[in-house]
Parts: sequence; C-alpha cells; structure tokens
Amino acid sequence: MRRRNTELGLLVLVVCITAGAYVLATLGLDSEIPVDIGPFLLVVCGLLLFANLITRRTAPQGDPILLPVAGLLNGIGYVMIARIDQDLAALQAVWSLIGLAAFAATLAVVRHTRDLAAYRWTIGLVGLALIALPFTPFGQEINGARIWVQIGPVNFQPGEFAKLALACFFAAYLVEKRELLALGSWGIGRLRIPDPKHLGPVLVAWGVSLAVMAYQTDLGSALLFFTLFLVMLWVATQRASYLVVGFTLFALGSYAAWTQFGHIRQRLRIWLDPWADVQDEGFQIAQAAFAMADGGLTGTGLGLSGRVAIPFAETDFIFAVIAQELGLAGAAVVLMSYVLLVGSGLRVAIRAADPFDKLLATGLSTLLGVQAFVIIAGVTRLLPLTGITLPFVSYGGSSLISNYILIALLLRISDENAPERLAAKTTAREVAP
Amino acid sequence: MNRSIRRLGLVIVVCYLALFAQLNWVQIYNADELNAHPANNRQIQREFNRPRGAIVTADAQVIAESVPVEGAAFDWERRYPHPELFAHTTGWFAFNLGSFGLERTYSAELAGDTFDQQIRNLRDILVAGDNVGDLHLSLRMDLQEVARDALGDREGSVVALDPRTGELLAFWSYPSYDPNLLSTLDLAAADAAWVDLNSAPGNPLRANQYRENYFPGSTFKVVTAGAGLAAGTVTVEEPAYPVERSWTPPMTTFPISNFGGSQCGGTLVPIMAVSCNTAFARMGVETVGPELMISGSEAWGFNDAPPIDLPEPGRSEFPTEFEQDLPRLAQASIGQNDVRATPLQMALVAGAVANDGRMMVPTVVSEIRDRRASVVQRTEPQVWHRPLAPDAAAQLRASMVAVVESGTATSLATPGVEVGAKTGTAQLGTDPPRSHTWMIAFAGPPGDPQVALAVVVLNQPGDVAGATGGAVAGPVARQVMDAALAVQADRPPPTGADEAEDTAPQDPPTTAPTDVPTTDPPVTTVTTSPPTTPAPAPDPTDPPPTEPSPTTDPPTPPTDAPPPPEAAAPARSVAEPRRRHLALPGHRASGR
Repeated sequence: MRRRNTELGLLVLVVCITAGAYVLATLGLDSEIPVDIGPFLLVVCGLLLFANLITRRTAPQGDPILLPVAGLLNGIGYVMIARIDQDLAALQAVWSLIGLAAFAATLAVVRHTRDLAAYRWTIGLVGLALIALPFTPFGQEINGARIWVQIGPVNFQPGEFAKLALACFFAAYLVEKRELLALGSWGIGRLRIPDPKHLGPVLVAWGVSLAVMAYQTDLGSALLFFTLFLVMLWVATQRASYLVVGFTLFALGSYAAWTQFGHIRQRLRIWLDPWADVQDEGFQIAQAAFAMADGGLTGTGLGLSGRVAIPFAETDFIFAVIAQELGLAGAAVVLMSYVLLVGSGLRVAIRAADPFDKLLATGLSTLLGVQAFVIIAGVTRLLPLTGITLPFVSYGGSSLISNYILIALLLRISDENAPERLAAKTTAREVAP
Repeated sequence: MNRSIRRLGLVIVVCYLALFAQLNWVQIYNADELNAHPANNRQIQREFNRPRGAIVTADAQVIAESVPVEGAAFDWERRYPHPELFAHTTGWFAFNLGSFGLERTYSAELAGDTFDQQIRNLRDILVAGDNVGDLHLSLRMDLQEVARDALGDREGSVVALDPRTGELLAFWSYPSYDPNLLSTLDLAAADAAWVDLNSAPGNPLRANQYRENYFPGSTFKVVTAGAGLAAGTVTVEEPAYPVERSWTPPMTTFPISNFGGSQCGGTLVPIMAVSCNTAFARMGVETVGPELMISGSEAWGFNDAPPIDLPEPGRSEFPTEFEQDLPRLAQASIGQNDVRATPLQMALVAGAVANDGRMMVPTVVSEIRDRRASVVQRTEPQVWHRPLAPDAAAQLRASMVAVVESGTATSLATPGVEVGAKTGTAQLGTDPPRSHTWMIAFAGPPGDPQVALAVVVLNQPGDVAGATGGAVAGPVARQVMDAALAVQADRPPPTGADEAEDTAPQDPPTTAPTDVPTTDPPVTTVTTSPPTTPAPAPDPTDPPPTEPSPTTDPPTPPTDAPPPPEAAAPARSVAEPRRRHLALPGHRASGR
C-alpha cells in the first residue's frame, strides 16, 4: 500500500495545483474568485480520491506516478479550456468523470494482462473495425477530417480507441512471432529482412490503417500508428533493419502523399513558410507563434492573455495557450510531465517479466509520448502540423477516455509485474509441482 | 528487449529536448521579432479586449467611457457621450486609426498599465475591481458649453485657464468632430469617417486651439511690452513715445500707421489701452532691439510648444533672425509679419501677466483615480516660464487693465472685478477684407486674477472698423469670462487649501457614481444633489456672482474642488488638502 499512499500524496498536490490555477485563471479573467470554487474543489478531490480508492482495490502494486501525472495534465487542460470557453469546460468535466469511470472499469475488467493476449485476434479486428467505422453511414466529416462517428446521441472518434486495440494486437502477435521475425532469411549485408509471409499480418494491418488514415486526411493519427508499429517491431525483434526499412517506406509514402494530396502539399507549404499567407493559410500557425512569443519566459499569467485568437485553441493548439499564459516555464512543466509519463511507462515495460506485458507497455508508452510530441512539434513548427489531440490536455471526450484506459492498462501491467507479486508467483510455482 | 526499450526512452527524451529547444527559440530568442511582426496585432487586440478608465470633467460629466459590447470583434467599445464638445481633449481610441488626445497621452494610465497601478492591483488582488485609471479633468462641461455657444458656428478657439495653476477650464475649438465615428468597432465605417474628417473644412481633427498657430495681431503687444519690462528699458513711466499717425522704420519707405489713421503715443499704459501701432513698433525697434525681442519672446514661450498633457502641441513662432531687417522687426513687434501663436499660447501669456510673471504649465488632467476613487496620481502645478518679475508683471497688468477701463476692450468691464485684456485684429488681406480677431484677458477679484483666457475668431469678413477683436471676439470672451469667474469663485483659492484642510467639515462622504467611498483625499460635501445633475451653465447676462470686495484677500472658506464626481451641485464644500500651488495670488499689495 506504500505506493498507493505515494499516489495519494501526489494526487493531493495535483488537486492543490489545479484548484490554484483555476482560481488564478478566473481572477485573471474576471478579477473575481470563482463562485464555484467550492463545488470545483469537491469534484476534483472526489474524482481523484475515487481513482486512488480504485487503484487501492484493484492494482495495489501499480506504479504510483502514472495517475497523478495524468491528473495534473487533465487539470491544467481543464483550466485552460475553462479560460477559453466555459461551456466546453463543463463538457470536459463530464468527460473527465467518464474517463475516470473508464479507468476504473478497465482495472476492474482486465484483471490479468494475459486475458488481452488471449483475445488478440478479436481485439485486432475490433481495432480495424473502429478505424473503418467513419466510412460507414455512421461516419461524419467534421473540419475536413472524416474521423467522427455518430451512433445515436453518442459522437466519438473511434481512432482514439483503435490505437489501444491495435497496440494490444501487435504486442500479442509480435510476441508470438518475434523469433521468426528476428531471424531474417534474406537481405543485403547486415540488413536482414524476414520472410514476408511472417510479416504479412503486420503489413496488412499497417497498410490498411495507413490507407484509411490517408483517405480520412487524419495525418496525425497515421503518423502515430506508423511509429507505433515500427517501434514495437523494433523492440520485439531487436533488429534495427526494421527501422531503416520502415523509415525508407515512410519517406516513399510521404513523397507519394505529397504528389497525390493537395492538403499535404498545403501542410508542408505552411510549415516551411507560414508568413507567406499570414491571414489565411498560415493564420493558425502564425497566431500560435505570436501567442507563444507573447508568453516569453514566465507567461502572461493565467487568464491574462486577452481573447484567444488561435483557431482550435481548445483542442489541437491548447499547448500554445499554455505556453502563452504560463510561459516557457509552464510549457516546460507540461513537457516534463509527458517525459515522466513515458518514462514511468517504459520503466513498467523494463520491469515486466512477461514479453507480452513488456511489449504492450512499450507500445502504450510510445503512443502517449509520440502523440504529445507530434502535436507539440506541429504547434511549435518543429514538424509540419498534423491535427491530433494533446493527451489529457486537449478538449475531447474520446481522447480523454482512451488515454485514461491507456493509463489503466499500464497500471495493470505494472501491478501484475510488481516484484512482490512476481516473488509470490515464483513461490507458488515452486510449491505446486 | 530491455536494451531497445532503454534506447527508445533515450530517443523520446531527445525528441522532447528538441521540443524544449524549439520552444526556447520561439518564446525567447525569436520572441522580439515575432512580437514586432506586422501581422501580430496581439498587443492592440488586448487593448481592445479590456476596459479603459473613464474621462470625467470637473463637473462630474463622463466624456469618455468603455462600454461592453456583444457580438462584435472586440469586447469593449470606446464611447464619447458628449462627442463634439470634448473631442479635441479626449481624442479618439480606434483600432486602425491609432489614438489621439488624452486617449494617447494617458493611454497607460487609462488601461491601468503603469507601475503604480500594477502595484495597487497586486494589493487589491482579492478585491473585485479593475485597475483601470479614471482621468479627472480640470475642464468643466458647463464652461465648455458656454464657450461653444458663444463662438457659435464661426471658426475659432476659446481657451480659458486658471492662471495660478495652469489648469484648463474651457478648451473649445470650432469646428469639432464626433470621435465616436472613429472609435466604432465597425472598422470600415471608421475608415470612411477618417477620410471624411480629414477633408472636412476647418480641419476639425486638428484641435486648433492648441495645435494651430495664427497671426496674433495686437495681442502680441503684451509680449513686446513684456520683453521691454523684463529688459528694464520699459516702465509705466518711460519711455513716452511720440504722438503720431504713422511711423516709418529705418531702412524702408513703408510706414506703419495706426488703426483708422488715428493719432496716438505716450507711455506704456496709454499706448496699450488704444493699441498704438507706432509706439509698439518703436518699442520693438528702438527701445528693446532685435536680440532682446527674440530672447524676450522666447521667455514668453515662443519658438516652443507648451508642455501640455495632450499630444503634439503646436509651436508659437517669433522670427529668430532679423539680419538688420528692422522693418520686419517693427512689424513683428505688433504681431504681424512672421509672428504666429496658438490660442493656448496667448491664454498662457495672459495668465503669466495675471500670475505675477509666472507662466504655468498648462494641464487638462487634475487627478487619476482608481475604481475605488482613491487618487493614484495628482497633477501638481508647475512653472513653465518666468518671463517677468512680479513688479514688472504688475506694471503690465496695469496697462492691460487700462485696455478694459478706457481702451479697446471696454466691453469686458465688470463692476467689482478687475479685468485686464488686449484685443487683436490680424488682417489677412484687403480684398475682400478679412481678419483674425483676438481677445486675451485675465479677470478676478481685485488683486486676485482667477481666470485667463484667449479667444480667436478666424477669418472675419468686414472692413477695418467692423471686424475688430473687441467687436467680434470681445462678446465671446465676455460670456466665457463671466461663467468662468462664477465657477472659480466657488473653488478654493490655491493658497487657502492648507487652512481648508483643518476647517473642512468632516461630513460623511456622499455616494459617488462609482458607488465606492472616496478615500484619499477626504472629499466632503454638504450637498445631496444627484450626481448626474450638471451644474446649470451660468447665464452670461447675469451679473457676475463675485461680490465687489475692496480687500485683496479672497474669502477662504472651504469651498469647492474640481474633480469629485458629486461636484455637480451648485453649492458645495470640498476640501482638497494635498493641493499645493506655487502661485500666491492672495498676497499682492493692495492699492494697485
């Protein structure tokens, strides 16, 4: 329970930071202490304490860092969204609630990671189905990307959940085949490529998802999936040749996309010179740059940056608003939070004894780290912009729920592979025969 | 697999370091360039999405305020409830057209951006309220209306000020304009209005009362006499100039003749009274000389612009090089040729004569207050120039009093009030005959001038006999002077402030429009009139309200101070203890 107590302490700190930031942002906006600070504190405290209770019951040996850092990012995101749009903030609060419910449900339902490995084909098919779902009549095109699905009153982005399913499927599949894949039957020099027939299912899943992404014009997700597969393949097989081949494929694919798709050429053009057309094409990137420059080292202060001029500030560009109001210092805190999350996730992977657990934890951590990197790099113009949410921070139900499930899975793996439990297992095995 | 996972971790850390480096570049190294980028209107956006303080007259009329608007490009719009009346003072605050007037000079204070205001805001962080600053002016709406009505639709300017402090009381110029047309959030309409106003006749945007200069005509003779008095070569006793109809300066054959071909001459007082051209031309050329005329006029603020708290004040000019061109000097000495003066400058000249030779820095803003009505910043009176010693100023005063008693400005004579004045008629041409007609004056209880003013009515048609300063500008000056004297009689004399501090009745503070207690200084009042009621403009035909008083010391009961929001009622009693005045008008020798 020591880990859970650590987690509780960190969660209390997160509540303090979030509540403090909320008060400051409201003061900055209206020069008033928020009237709903009481209920606000109650809800935030309640939610995070509830999450701590759940982990105490279902994953007592789980990593104590993951949940507090996720909560911190969620809190910062909520404050920023509340500062941009009060109505969206109310919805985001509901999404956070549902997200933590999903977190609890995941920990309650997935009692052992081997269950996930057992259902790998089902999970893989579900993942593909989720990706394809926007092309069914349920699909909806919003803001130029066909990534939304509406079933009854529920409106969601299936891609956010598909990434979890595909990570599970790939972990299970690669564990099974990794020796074959690592063998490498043909190749040039030190570059060894395995027999294509072993690689078939991977290539199919990868190709399908990329094709679908390209036609959904959801470049961010495509990049995310691509990187996920490459990294998992590399970690499973220990073969750098996959990386080389993968990036070559990526370069070819990018070139093909550049020649084929006008919107990709436009993205590159904006990336290279957003100032050429500041009022139209480059407006979003330019406004983000102005906002971040305005923030400087210490920021304008919460709620004090004036009206937010960046389009989609509450989703894709929320990092620019954070960098403006909290400055380089605050933005660095957000960056470090992701590094901490990814680091904790990879530590879970390293400590895991079971190869499936190892690979799954690696994949999940990669998802988080790469997703945050891709969107922040896009916003700061380190890379071309690819629209994607900033995990836990951006407004959006699908993203928040799927990332809480992701954290729950990491906690499950971490709990399963805690030294105490491993020792117990070994003892049991020794006694059994 | 662990080795790959560690390497993966390393790669991700490197990626995030790259992000951090990129952030440093955007937020620190390249920030200045981004902040200065032409497409970056974040700063001005911010200014338009927050309120600014109000601008309030001394009689508690709001003349500029920020109004929240819904559904527009910005959250606040700047509105001017009395647009034309105070346009030249408030200026405008517009998105594409910049700002002018007080909106420009006090932009930081209005927005609450000064260091003092920021510190206050820190202190007030747990108290509701913005840290915007409200500007409280010395200008009064009632006087401004009198000036506007008196001038009517003739092009010209009226400037009235308190000679003891430099505080402006009325500041009008016709034509004026509606600053709401420029500050509207309908930016296309603002641009169109800008084009219209820039081509409008009379240049209404220019604020001619302090930014345009004109031939001052004979009003400049006050400065000529002042230069002579300062040099010591002119006194009320000597020299006595010959009585003549015309005088031909050296080096020319063109004579300078007197008004209407009349004959005049003598010492300072009689030549000032009748505005004797030949005598003042001789004074400039023969008595003072070119060097002292140049340095003397500069001591009266010429070849400079007054340091008023409004943007881009106009210069008044006196030639700096005569190169032995004595005919030119002769003309300059009577305010012709290349002499030019702003209406504000001539009001300052009258004020300096009234104020024992001290020309005060003209000011519009008396105080800046925060939203809790406590004073953030107070304007202290300052001397701009000291062209004359007090005894010389007294002699010049006497000559200007003679203008009213027996000269060209007898229409200003008022029982019980000491009025000194000088008329001016600057001829612009003879076909058809047109003139700028001037009147500058000071007035107050004997020995205590409380008002100085300048009136110019431009481009008056008519022959030399009809369109004189006395005939055209005189009635305007009369109305404004009477109204200003009535107002000034209710204000505490500057030197009486310290006594008033001790004797002011400590009534409970009345409710200000902002619904917050006035804390600093303790503003008290004996009236309960609704704050929104403007003081009735004094009827210009009424007898002046000041009682004839043989004593030189004015009564010093606690009377009225200009800016408190509730100061609109006619009978008030407000102490203003912190005010310090450099001028000591109550201590002049009597019997002058």
